[in-house]
Amino acid sequence: MADQKTLAEQSGDTPYRRMMRPMEGRLVGGVAQGLAAQLKLDPVVIRLMFVLLTVVQGAGAVAYAVLWMVTPREPYQGQAPQRDWSQLAAFSAIGAALFSFGWLTGANQGGIGLLPFAVGGIGALILWQQADPERRKGWVSGASRSMRKNRVRTLVGIILVVVGATGFLAAEGELPQVRESLMFTVVVVGGLLVIAAPWLAGLWKELQLERRERIRQEERAEVAAMVHDSVLHTLTLIQRVAHDPREVSRLARSQERELRNWLYQPAQDADATVAAAVRRIAAEEEDAHGVPIEIVCVGDIALDPAGKLAAMLKASRQAMVNAAKYSESPSISVYAEVEGEEVTIFVKDRGKGFDMEAVPLDRMGIRESIIGRMERHGGTARVRTEPGEGTEVMLTMKVEKA
Amino acid sequence: MTRVLIVDDHRLFRSGVRAELGDSIEVVGEAEDVETAVQAIAAHQPDVVLLDVHMPGGGGQEVLRRVLGSGSQVRFLALSVSDAAEDVIGVIRGGARGYVTKNISGKELTDAINRVAEGDAVFSPRLAGFVLDAFASSEAPSIDPELDSLTQREREVLRLIARGYAYKEIAKELFISVKTVETHVSSVLRKLQLSNRHELSRWATARRLV
Repeated sequence: MADQKTLAEQSGDTPYRRMMRPMEGRLVGGVAQGLAAQLKLDPVVIRLMFVLLTVVQGAGAVAYAVLWMVTPREPYQGQAPQRDWSQLAAFSAIGAALFSFGWLTGANQGGIGLLPFAVGGIGALILWQQADPERRKGWVSGASRSMRKNRVRTLVGIILVVVGATGFLAAEGELPQVRESLMFTVVVVGGLLVIAAPWLAGLWKELQLERRERIRQEERAEVAAMVHDSVLHTLTLIQRVAHDPREVSRLARSQERELRNWLYQPAQDADATVAAAVRRIAAEEEDAHGVPIEIVCVGDIALDPAGKLAAMLKASRQAMVNAAKYSESPSISVYAEVEGEEVTIFVKDRGKGFDMEAVPLDRMGIRESIIGRMERHGGTARVRTEPGEGTEVMLTMKVEKA
Repeated sequence: MTRVLIVDDHRLFRSGVRAELGDSIEVVGEAEDVETAVQAIAAHQPDVVLLDVHMPGGGGQEVLRRVLGSGSQVRFLALSVSDAAEDVIGVIRGGARGYVTKNISGKELTDAINRVAEGDAVFSPRLAGFVLDAFASSEAPSIDPELDSLTQREREVLRLIARGYAYKEIAKELFISVKTVETHVSSVLRKLQLSNRHELSRWATARRLV
């Protein structure tokens, strides 16, 4: 129970949560922290992202400023807490280092050319942060293992990188010869790809495995929850009312039905189609009166907006109630059939039956709730009964298919 | 006296059925899995085998395949807790002459066994519903029209079974003899088993996945 509650609360408030700038733990304006909470990432990742983007012609700084303006501050009681200046200094230092590196290598002149690197860096950071510590360890060891395994490949890759980088630096002096430097860039990228390929493939495979495992676990949890919530619960109840055979069989029957539906019936919205609605009504009346109701459905149709079928379902419920309450039949059969535009529901018992003529005019059950209701909505109802012969109620309704 | 063999992997259930069956039935043996069932059927040559659908070693369908595949004329009545269309249709197409669920009363079960022993078919309301649904839902052109569709009369009989009518009540309702009702049901069973429309099996499988 407690689990369900917390689950419900979580799922209840996440979709509508608005981004806020918290005061506590902020470095500049709390934007990074707010964004991190929203995206469920570590604030450090967001901060590095802003730093990286700032190096690219100040885009990060602009984005930060805009977010600062549009994001409301989280309400905070009391005096605003101090900023952590040492962390702020560290981030500034990283930014300065990156900037000077760009300036030294001349890549800054490219401006937008640096953007792919920044984006790639941010992506890697997010991936890294999303992984749990154990998986990170796995990645690192997996990478080093595969490097040991593929020494030749790694060596070739490294050589390519070195040659490429040297070539790039050599070409740097003669800027007009762009073609050459381009070629070397291709070599560098190729080398990096060769090194990283097995690692990336391994990573992908592991992610797939992880996903499958998670799905399995979720299924297991669902089965466990089902068994716990219903079967165990019913068994406990049965032991408590062991002196009352009627109640015991009612409990057993209702549990059986629930388990059967769960095992064999496709998940259906009981408010959407006739078959699902009949099943639900029968289940409810079976529970209420303790008489088994056997249901057979052939075909199905969506409930009509005009409410004709809803009225028919109400009439069928009344027929089931009558059979369960008055017929003394050990079981009730319900058959619902949809054939084209015609819906038919039969409710039959093998009870004592009655004399239609002898039913007093003021008895609402059959005349009003069944026959009257059906006729008001353009359908028909027939009741077939004789003392000692059981009763069968036949309901027919025509609907236009949407 | 009808000689019956009970095949079920639950001992408690076997003894329960034994106790419930009427005087007109003689239980000649029991088996608890596919292997012992095949041996027991060969040894006892019963009139009717009460066959559980889910069992270790391949289930009721495997027993049907091995026994009927060897040319035996033994009749099978499937008895199961399962309501899945897949199981019901599967075991009927495997060669069983009827399908009833385990919550059936002792008297009804005795009747069903005697009916199968006489070579008739036994349809529970649910099985009748499945058949109506399966034969109605197909829109693909049929290969053999005689086998691939139900006659109006067969449909009427099945509908009454689905509504909870006993054979006697059906006969009265349609002004025909009980024997004629049995003939119609047997004919539906034959179509169900022989129709090589793939939709039948596919329909049964798909029904679970909707």
